[in-house]
Amino acid sequence: MRFLHECKADATADLVYRVCPMHLLEPAEFLKDLHTGQVLEIVTDYDGALEDIPAWCAKHGQEFVGICEDQEDEDLYKLYIKKVH
Amino acid sequence: MKTVYLDHAAATPVRPEVLTAMLPYFTERFGNPSAVYSLGSEIKEVIEAERAKVARLLGAPEEQIIFTSCGAEANNLAVKGASLAHLKKGRHVIVSAIEHHSVLNSARYLEKFHDFEVTFLPVNRFGQVEPERLQKALTPATVLVSIQHASNEMGTIQRFPELSAICREQGILFHTDAVATAGQVPVDVKELGVDLLTLSGPALGGPKGIGALYFRRGLRLVPQIHSGIQENGRRGGTENVPGIVGLGAAAELVHRELPEKISYLRALRDRLAAGINRGVADVLFTGHPEERLPGHASFCFEGIEGEALIFLLNSQGIFANTGSACASKALKVSPTLCAMGISPEIAQGSLVFTLDAANREDEVDYVLEKLPPAVEKLRSFSPVWRKKMAAVSGG
Repeated sequence: MRFLHECKADATADLVYRVCPMHLLEPAEFLKDLHTGQVLEIVTDYDGALEDIPAWCAKHGQEFVGICEDQEDEDLYKLYIKKVH
Repeated sequence: MKTVYLDHAAATPVRPEVLTAMLPYFTERFGNPSAVYSLGSEIKEVIEAERAKVARLLGAPEEQIIFTSCGAEANNLAVKGASLAHLKKGRHVIVSAIEHHSVLNSARYLEKFHDFEVTFLPVNRFGQVEPERLQKALTPATVLVSIQHASNEMGTIQRFPELSAICREQGILFHTDAVATAGQVPVDVKELGVDLLTLSGPALGGPKGIGALYFRRGLRLVPQIHSGIQENGRRGGTENVPGIVGLGAAAELVHRELPEKISYLRALRDRLAAGINRGVADVLFTGHPEERLPGHASFCFEGIEGEALIFLLNSQGIFANTGSACASKALKVSPTLCAMGISPEIAQGSLVFTLDAANREDEVDYVLEKLPPAVEKLRSFSPVWRKKMAAVSGG
């Protein structure tokens, strides 16, 4: 898992408390509104996303950038996807 | 025998147009909306179209509406779901003392199982929460305030957006239960200034078994029914498609007919209230005289029990209530009326009429013909009334 020091994104998908498998359905919807090269931030409380999101990126040909710690809430994860296509 | 139904706050008949819209979704259009084949995916599109109709009634974006099984579930999701999603901010919620059981008991659940502190706000003699009292009750730990838009028991409309503005200034979530108001007066989430709002199908001329919750964009909610991706992962369980279609159809009718309905109901209600004031002595008109639902008239008749009056009226084909539909079975004296400072002796003579556009003047006149002798008859048996009369005459 790659931890990022600089966490910048062009859009955020807040999936906190949205039940599994919403974390695998919503990123595709959000990426539709982004341009190639732009970054999507996914905020989630779901541990399974740490494995699922990189795997989803690999399967769908998107770039998984890494993960940031949430400074305000240690129970949340921030994951970053760069749009490839 | 003539029958007159004046308890529309408890339930309304499903409008024929609504039933017609619902029927295909019990039979030929039965597909599961989560299915990927067309029999299912087409139903998903229907749900989204109905969601837009409900959103239009509330002046809300359609993606901010969650369908639930009833108003009570929507209230649970609002009070528990929003409070539990913001635990880091604090563990204090405020509700008015006259909320529906689904709000009061959701708050008590938070108190019992999640160490929340709950403040039950008192109301004035009209049943309104005073904004100053709300202001004083707020603490740095306050996460959510829930105050109903109007009470279905005494019809008083709360002071919006004054109440919600106090919370918005301090970043505190504000929920309102608009079950009693959504089919009676305009309900616009922006004008009300609320973060969460509840409505229910049967209060709008829609079916039972369906409700909805509006939530402000970006607001996190902990689901109260955990399942799959339905309602975008915020409320699990296969969708009640006929109910959703019924709610959408009812919302559309309300949206179209409301201005005309308000003036009609107000005239009918005033005819009823004036007639009762003329025909019966020692009666108290409860709730606010002006800031109230147009189809709502509530009274306390001194010296009698509301329940006995309901039975007598029932024998004449008149259906009314003594209070809220849930509370009237469970309690002898309404906690709402007591919270308004009405003595238990007076409060036990409570009678509530809630009218709808289907009611006619001749029905109101029938009530005005049958009610005064019914009150007189009960008072003739009443020791409380006899004692009062003796005191008045100096005997």
